Amino acid sequence: MRGPSVLVRAGRNWGLYLLMLPAMVIFICFTYLPMYGVIIAFKDFRPAMGIWGSSWAGLKYFLRYFNSYMFTNTITNTLVISLYTIAVTFPLPIILALMCNQMYARKFKKFFQVSTYLPHFISTVVMCGMIIMFLSPSSGVIPKICSLAGIQTGDLMGNAGAFSSIYVWTEVWQHVGWDSIMYIAALSAVDPQLYEAAEVDGASKWQKVLAIDIPMLVPTMITLFILRCGSILGVGFEKVYLLQNDLNISSSEIISTYLYKMGLKSNQYSYSAAIGLFNNVVNFVILILVNQFSRKISDTSLF
Amino acid sequence: MSEMTIRNRNNHIRKSKADRIFDFIIYGVAALLTLLALYPMYFILIASISDPNLVAKGDVLLFPRNMSLDGYAYLLSMDNLWGGYGNTILYTLAGTVIMLVVNIPVAYSLSRKDLAGRGFFTFFFLFPMFFGGGLIPTFIILNNTFHMVDSFWVMVLPFSVISYYIVVARTFFQTSLPAELWDAAQIDGCGNLRYFFQVVLPLSKAILAVIALWAAVGHWNSYFNAMIYLRTPARFPLQLVMRNILINNEMAATAMTGSAAAELNRKANLIKYGAIVVSSLPIMTMYPFVQKYFNQGVMIGALKG
Repeated sequence: MRGPSVLVRAGRNWGLYLLMLPAMVIFICFTYLPMYGVIIAFKDFRPAMGIWGSSWAGLKYFLRYFNSYMFTNTITNTLVISLYTIAVTFPLPIILALMCNQMYARKFKKFFQVSTYLPHFISTVVMCGMIIMFLSPSSGVIPKICSLAGIQTGDLMGNAGAFSSIYVWTEVWQHVGWDSIMYIAALSAVDPQLYEAAEVDGASKWQKVLAIDIPMLVPTMITLFILRCGSILGVGFEKVYLLQNDLNISSSEIISTYLYKMGLKSNQYSYSAAIGLFNNVVNFVILILVNQFSRKISDTSLF
Repeated sequence: MSEMTIRNRNNHIRKSKADRIFDFIIYGVAALLTLLALYPMYFILIASISDPNLVAKGDVLLFPRNMSLDGYAYLLSMDNLWGGYGNTILYTLAGTVIMLVVNIPVAYSLSRKDLAGRGFFTFFFLFPMFFGGGLIPTFIILNNTFHMVDSFWVMVLPFSVISYYIVVARTFFQTSLPAELWDAAQIDGCGNLRYFFQVVLPLSKAILAVIALWAAVGHWNSYFNAMIYLRTPARFPLQLVMRNILINNEMAATAMTGSAAAELNRKANLIKYGAIVVSSLPIMTMYPFVQKYFNQGVMIGALKG
């Protein structure tokens, strides 16, 4: 379309732009301006000199991070937690949704759904408080139950080797029900004639799950998988930070907690911004790659 | 609909043995998972009203024992907790209203196919889902440019535009408002603004409820922004106070000595269990009544816009 007609159309719909104005101002000030502020990663940022006035430092802070002993440590911990989380929390909601789809006792199904969604609404702080209390070797309920079964757990929160498992399986407890909603929605859109045709052919319930339900979920799976891949280096700060202690720090210091401590606790702004930028760029590149790859082989993509 | 047809068929065709085993496993596993989901919350509840010594020994597993309300009595005296409660209510109300006011109109505008520059604006509002400046640049802008650190506004304004809410609401508008409605209104001489406020909003109560509930739960449960951007304890929201109680073990406002400290130590876990109950109660009790809206929202979001 040529210029004038766009302007004419825009002028006729001026109200629509007015509706977007407040959000645009907020986004420019608090989201896009920080994207410009990211150049402090390439500068020796001094608050008094401002973002633009500080002198250039080139790649100094990136190299400092790449050469520091914390680099391998934080990257490894982030990747371990992230890949472990995807491997477990990606398939389980699918299985839960397939199960839910097989239940015809309405009241039971409803109760099952409400109970499995409920933990999703517990706050991260409360969740971490529960984890620490439940696992306490002196008064926690889980070591008590385990010792009834003859298993000695020891101090799980102080055990660096147990950190990723604690993180991942409590994630499952909290979010598996909620994460299954998307799949339940996709399954409810299946044409009942497919099931009827399969029954006429003598298919068992299990065969119907394999031949109808799972293929129907593939597009949803791919979309959610691409989104998950976009945050491989973006393990949530909030939960890891609260579960950290001096004893498990060797496997719980991830990129985001490290950059928080460097940036806001020791005021190394430029160093911390460089770590953050590196992290964001890697995530973004992975997202684009997985998206392109998926578009090539399956025709499903985000954009 | 689909469930009914299948159920009727199942009544006609006798279930095979394999299918009966299949059903048995499904319902068995589901019952087990329901227990697993509910038990930790039930345990918190009974532990908060039982004798802390028995809880610590592992004697309170199924029912409360030596019931008392000591923990709750102590909680009543914790001014920081109730101050946090008040602050959170304030942040949640203001934050939710602001989120509705900024996100819903954007979603509507982006849903209109005749919006010139639609591609650009869609990119503008969705790009931050995938890339951002990061914690430190954001902090510096808020602190040095806008001087908002440690203010009421930092809790409700800077992070109020949520790309995901815009996507969900936009999909809702695209699928539920017929284009003919706008054509008809236009012929009657109705402008965009009047159409939005007098026609679109009254027809969109469902999506307003979804976004409002999401926003409210998000505000109620968040501690991160408060930890980064607030300094004055009197402004702390509930979750930050809860962090100090649950994770940092800060129970008393002032240092205590001798027997008082020992007594508090004995009760520490009791107080923590009680604090969890008190802080989670509003959402947990409301949830079963409003859960259909949460589900609706996720399902709208699942439709491809």
